[in-house]
This record gives sequence, C-alpha cells and structure tokens, in this order.
Amino acid sequence: MAARKKASRPKKSTAGGTAGITRKKYKLQQANIVVETMGKGKPLLLLHSEDYYEKGAAFVEELAKTRQVIMPWMPGFNGSTLPDSIRKPEDIAYLYLDLLDEMKLTDVDVLGFSVGGWLALEIATKNDTRLRKLALVAPVGTKFGGAYDRDIEDIYFHTFARVKGFKFHDVEKDPKVLTEMSDREALFEAKAREATARLCWDPYFHNPSLRYRLNRTKKKTLLIWGANDGIVKPSYGRKYAKAIAGSKFVSLPKAGHFPHVEQPDAFMEALRPFLR
Amino acid sequence: MEFYHFTEFPWPNLPPDDEFTSMRVNLPSQVYDPDIGSDLFHSYLDQHVLADELGINCMINEHHQTATCLNSAAPLSVAIAARETKNARICILGNPAANTRDPIRNAEEMSMIDNISHGRLECGFVRGVPYELFGSNCNPTETSERLWESIDLMKKAWMTHDGPFNYEGRWIHKRQVNVWPRIYQDPHPPIWMTGGSDVNHATRSVESGYTFTMFLTPVEGMKKMFDGVRANLKKKGLPKPADDLFAFMPLVAVGETEEEALKFVEQVFWYVTNNKAEPQFRAPPGYVESQLYANFLSGKFSGGRTDAIRRKGMEYFRETGVAVYGTPDVVAARLKEMYEQIGGFGHLIAMLHSGDMPFKDCAKSMKLFAEEVVPQIKDIGTVSEKVGPLKDRGTPIPASRFKGRTEALEAARAKSGVTVRGPNLNKKKGKAA
Repeated sequence: MAARKKASRPKKSTAGGTAGITRKKYKLQQANIVVETMGKGKPLLLLHSEDYYEKGAAFVEELAKTRQVIMPWMPGFNGSTLPDSIRKPEDIAYLYLDLLDEMKLTDVDVLGFSVGGWLALEIATKNDTRLRKLALVAPVGTKFGGAYDRDIEDIYFHTFARVKGFKFHDVEKDPKVLTEMSDREALFEAKAREATARLCWDPYFHNPSLRYRLNRTKKKTLLIWGANDGIVKPSYGRKYAKAIAGSKFVSLPKAGHFPHVEQPDAFMEALRPFLR
Repeated sequence: MEFYHFTEFPWPNLPPDDEFTSMRVNLPSQVYDPDIGSDLFHSYLDQHVLADELGINCMINEHHQTATCLNSAAPLSVAIAARETKNARICILGNPAANTRDPIRNAEEMSMIDNISHGRLECGFVRGVPYELFGSNCNPTETSERLWESIDLMKKAWMTHDGPFNYEGRWIHKRQVNVWPRIYQDPHPPIWMTGGSDVNHATRSVESGYTFTMFLTPVEGMKKMFDGVRANLKKKGLPKPADDLFAFMPLVAVGETEEEALKFVEQVFWYVTNNKAEPQFRAPPGYVESQLYANFLSGKFSGGRTDAIRRKGMEYFRETGVAVYGTPDVVAARLKEMYEQIGGFGHLIAMLHSGDMPFKDCAKSMKLFAEEVVPQIKDIGTVSEKVGPLKDRGTPIPASRFKGRTEALEAARAKSGVTVRGPNLNKKKGKAA
C-alpha cells in the first residue's frame, strides 16, 4: 500500500553550500522523513552512513551531474522523526519501500554506506522490484561469526580516539573534529548518535535473520571495502560477497570504514563503471 | 529527618593508579581476591547490623563490574539485612529495573524482602549510572522509559490480589502476572527514585509520591534541582511537597576531634579519589538529554566528576557540602545549615564508609553520628501524609522472634573461625594488588 503524502512544498536549498538540493518532507507510516534530491537522470537512492559524511560530499555532486540522487535522512537525523513504531533498521526498510512507491521510482540504483548499506539489503531482501543495482560500501547488518566473535567493532566501548582509529586508515582524514564543532553541529551529531544507538545498540548493528535471507536479493551487487576497515574487516566483507549471489568485491587500499572519504578518487573509479 | 548508613561494599585493594584506566566496566576481576573479599562481605553486612543497633536505618545499592561496589545484586544484601536487623528501615536504592529487564521477578524479590522484614522495605529504583549500560547491554536511549514502565507494572503486580493479569506494554510483555507472596506493606512499600540532571524526571518522581534522591551533589546543584521540582509542582497547582520527598547523600565522618574526623573522612574519600572511568563510559548516547550530550561531545561537559574535580581536595568538597565532617556539633550545625540552604530535605543518607576504612573507625564514626548528631537534627523537616513517618511504617518484629537467634549465630560464627567484626586485611594486604 502506498503511503499517504502530506502536502509539503519542495524547497530549493543552498544549505551546506550545495546548490540545487530540493528538500521535501514525506509522511511515511508514523514517521516524517526528510528527503533531499539533486540532479537529473536515472534515480540513485543514496542511503547515508551513521556518520553522514555523505552530506555535501563532492562525490555526491559529481553523481548528481548524471543522476537524480535521492537521499532520505534516516529517522532521528536532520529533521526526520523517529517514532516509537521504528525500533530497528528493518522497520526503516519498509518506510523506504513506501517512499519508492510514493515517488513511483523504477530501475533505482541503491548506494548505501555502512548502516545505509545494511538498509539497502533490508530493502532488497524484502522487495527488489523497483531496484536495478546495489552498491554497498562497508555495509554492517549481518553476523557471520559465532557467539563469542566480535564481527562488528564495539564503537561504544572504546575511547573516541580508538574508535576514530577503527574508522580511518589515516585519522587525519576524518573531517569530523568533535572539539571544533559549532553548537549546532554538536547537537546534530548528538542526535545522530542517539538515533543510531536507539536503532543499533542491541542486536549490535545487525539483524540476526538477515543472513538467512540474503538469497532473496537478485540484483547486481558491488561491495566496496576499505582495506584497513577496523569496524568491519575486509574478511567480513568477503563473507557478504560469498552470501550475495553474483556480487563483486572491491578492496580499496589506504582506506578504512569510509573509503569514499579517504580515497574519493579510487572510490569513484570503482563505482562509476558499475553504475553505468 | 530520617537517617541511613551507607557503605558501597568497596574492593579497596586497587592496582597502582597508572596501571588501570577505569574502575568501571573493564577492570579485570583478577584484581579481586575472594580470600579477602569474602571476609569483607561479612564486615560490610555487619555494618547494617550495627546501624540497626544504633537506631539508624540502612541504605543498600548495587553496581556492576566495578571495584567501587562488590554488591552486584542488592536484593541479596537487603534480604540478609531483612533477616539480621530488627528495627531499621532498609532502603534499597535501588533496583535497576530497566537494566535487569524482569520487573516481575523484581516484584517477587521485593515482596519476599518486605515479608521477611515485616514491612521495613523502602523500595528504591534507579536507572543506573551510565557505566551500567555496557554490562547490562540495555539500550541507553530506552532505559528511562523502561524504568517508568517497570515501576508501573510492579505496582500493579503488588496491588493485584485477585489472580493473574496480562500485560503487553511499550517495552515489556508479561503473561499471567500473579505475584506471590503478597507484598507486606499495603498497598506497596514507599518508592524512591534517583536522578542527576533532569528536572522533569525529578518532578515526575515527586509528583508520583516517590522520594527523590541525589548523591554527592554540591549544595548549589541540589538546591537548583529541588527548587526546580517545587516550582514545577507549584505551576501545576499542586501543594508544596513535604521534605520527606527529598533525600540526599553526602560523605559523612564524625570524630571526637576535628583531627579524628579528618582521618575518618579521608578514608571515606577513597570513593572520590579512586572512582575514575574512561570518558566514553560516562555518557553513552541517549543517556542524558541531547543538548547535554552535545556538550559532552564537544568537550563542554565532562560527563561527571573528572580527574580535575577529584583532585580538588577535601576542603573543596567540604565547602560544597559533598563531604560533611567534624565533631558532632560541627556536623549537626552544618547539616542544619544545608537544610536551610537547600530549602528542605527529609532523608539523609550518610556515606560513612568506603575504601579500606577499618570496621572500628567506621563503627566509631557511625556511633558518634547516631548518638550525638542525629538527636540534634532529627526533629527538623516535614512528613508526607500519604506514607506517614518512617516509624509508623511496617510492623516491628516481636523481640521474641530474635530470642536465642543472636546467640546461636555468634556460636556458629565462633565455631567456623570466621572473623566477623572487621576483616583481617593487614594479613593479606597487597596479595591481590
């Protein structure tokens, strides 16, 4: 069933110095989801990471030169609401399926980062009829190891400095410096972290059932992984590649969990031909 | 005013300061030596018996994965106190009902304790300090809501006497709830809550008739919070809450001389000087309000007592009212002054023990407190009509129930060779460290 839409005028915004972003609010089930679109062309659904480095990133602008980039803000992020009915990322997948219906999109390529990559898989394993290809950058969301194995590094247990080290091959490349944030940026970051914890604390950044239904996604899939990812190691990514039929695995050197931040050129070189 | 003795059941034999980064969450249990620790347990449990003999009450708490507190399951120590004491009110502060995630089991434990103690249970609830979220794996963004839901469900379970009911709430689902034994105090024991920064939570507590407690908070901070609650209730058109809906806990030490008091308080101060935690343990996302968490991330809020504050020294803690110590008259005068400064409170929980304070020193401080401080200030403060004064709560256990029991216990202890009055720490000290 298609979601009902509440009237909300599309707004042209120049926030973050990026011209040509249209911002629109969609009422989807119990949630209000802020959706930003930019560019024209075949639709590309961009599912941002929990660290939202994709916001205003140069590679997104480049993609928007040939594609219609559609980026919904995850519940709890940047004005999207997180109602009680959304308890886990799987619930968000249903919101986004409603969004695809609402926007009447077909042949959608999905580009998902970390938790966004997990969301892409939740969507694709439920209903992939509106999708064309999946490009997943270090997706979390599945547990492959045993009960005593830490598949996904515990970002809450370690000091901020150590967590940064897990996320980045070169910590100097992290554009986010907490102590240099403005009050507004700090509050944005706080709310993003709260929403992430609400959705991903337990089970920790995964859905125990997802592994057993990865067979349901039939779309062409590219997995991009930083060779020095300390959050989910490349060995974890290769298990994903094995579990998703016909998927391709690309490892990018000198990059951690966010290869698009650390190695944007190599990242686009891997992505561009796949999205053709 | 009512008075409670408190020890947090510390493990005092820590490794050198530079060999560990946190007392909480990740300190390996190899630091603990059961040989010494089992004696310590008896020494701490004996403090509850002594408090009872001195005519004051006991507060008992729990923490997890930490050397500050060996009492990782408070209901067990409360149950022991329920059996070993005669008159003291036993305040559990409290049950981390959100983190344990089984409020019905919790309701059963409290019912048993209330029965065993003949209704001497003061039933507190805590959300738990942020460090607890790691071991319990409870989602920090949910615990506040889970706690309130747990308390409501426990009250309903205590007050239902006509067979099972079902419950499918926001966070908790339970079927065929039918708590046995029936709770002793009708309709349920007095309820206590704790809090730190959230005045709305404090207001909701007091409005619900629960005693709201703050720990080791400077006078200024307590006044701000308690005044905030009183103002919020006034705005709602509610009467001024009685003093017994407010409680606070400072470090307390009483000596015959100022020097002796200083010696005692320095022992209790172990809790402050050693209580370090890695910063990320102090503020998991969603534990505090968003704005406060934002300030934590950007470094404007420390998430609690930092190393810098811990090192400010005793005088600083005395000035701010976090530590109250001196001769009996000095302590009584200071508490009276604080009562005025804060605008009223009805329960004083005295943290009279910590670290490796020997039992004899703690006992002396407790005795001076109970016999020479309490009489000077016990009559100040107002009492809620709803629950009445502490002395009228529950039923005293007839003395005949204890006849012969104490002697039998002493005989059994003597036979077992266990030193119960004070652990023999010196003999083994350093072994664990």
